[in-house]
Amino acid sequence: MTPAHTGAWAAAGMIAAVVVTSTAGEVLTAAAMKSVGDLDEIRARSGMKGAIRAVVTSPLLFAGVFFLALSFFSLLFALNHLSLSLAAPASASLTLITNAIAGKIFLHENVDRRRWISAGLVCVGVYFLAH
Amino acid sequence: MAHIRPTPRQYMILGLVALGAPLGDTCLSRGMTSLPPISLTHPMSLIDAIFTPWIGAGIVLLIGFFASYLTALSWADLTYVLPATAFGNVIVALFARFWLHETISWQRWAGIVLITVGVGFVTQGPSLTERPPTEASDQEIAEGRAQ
Repeated sequence: MTPAHTGAWAAAGMIAAVVVTSTAGEVLTAAAMKSVGDLDEIRARSGMKGAIRAVVTSPLLFAGVFFLALSFFSLLFALNHLSLSLAAPASASLTLITNAIAGKIFLHENVDRRRWISAGLVCVGVYFLAH
Repeated sequence: MAHIRPTPRQYMILGLVALGAPLGDTCLSRGMTSLPPISLTHPMSLIDAIFTPWIGAGIVLLIGFFASYLTALSWADLTYVLPATAFGNVIVALFARFWLHETISWQRWAGIVLITVGVGFVTQGPSLTERPPTEASDQEIAEGRAQ
């Protein structure tokens, strides 16, 4: 699974770095868009320029994009040390679960049984699909 | 006002999110593999790569994906958008099977079925968590009516 020179703990650390930075990026981006409000309504009221201005003046969005970029480079680093068949599906599927937990804790979203089950199904499905 | 179930237009945005990222990545992959190996000693060749048709198309698709993703997050929960848009993975796998004639193993078919069931399950539920109106939002609504 992992190349001989990469230990199991190092592999877990690299995948954890991708998952944590990706989750932080997704949650910050979602929080930014929640604070901006419904973009369709803003566009109807203030036009496309108004919608773009509302998005690009949100500091949370830039924090989110920063973490998403960090996640991208963490994935590149992980792919440099681990096989694609391990790093890509593991990080993609684990991120779905951590996002559900973070969404409940930080965004106070109603993650009911339906969402937990679907996140679990998609998580296993992504793993199978990418493996 | 909260949209508990997405409108047809909002389903279309979710579809763009689902398709934009995998199709954009596919275009980038196709474009990058058709180029000669890029060395870090010649970073300007990466700039030239942007103007090749496949990579240009990939960048346009990824910009469209991010704009659609931000729009979806402005009216739906993160825990709704992420599973709902995972269907793009299925589209790409089916695309590989029927257009590129790649073989799909039983694990991949199992993944396709699981994702399809998961997406169908989450999209039948509410897209946004209902929150009790706060004093601030009441004031905003009143100001909006006054204008």
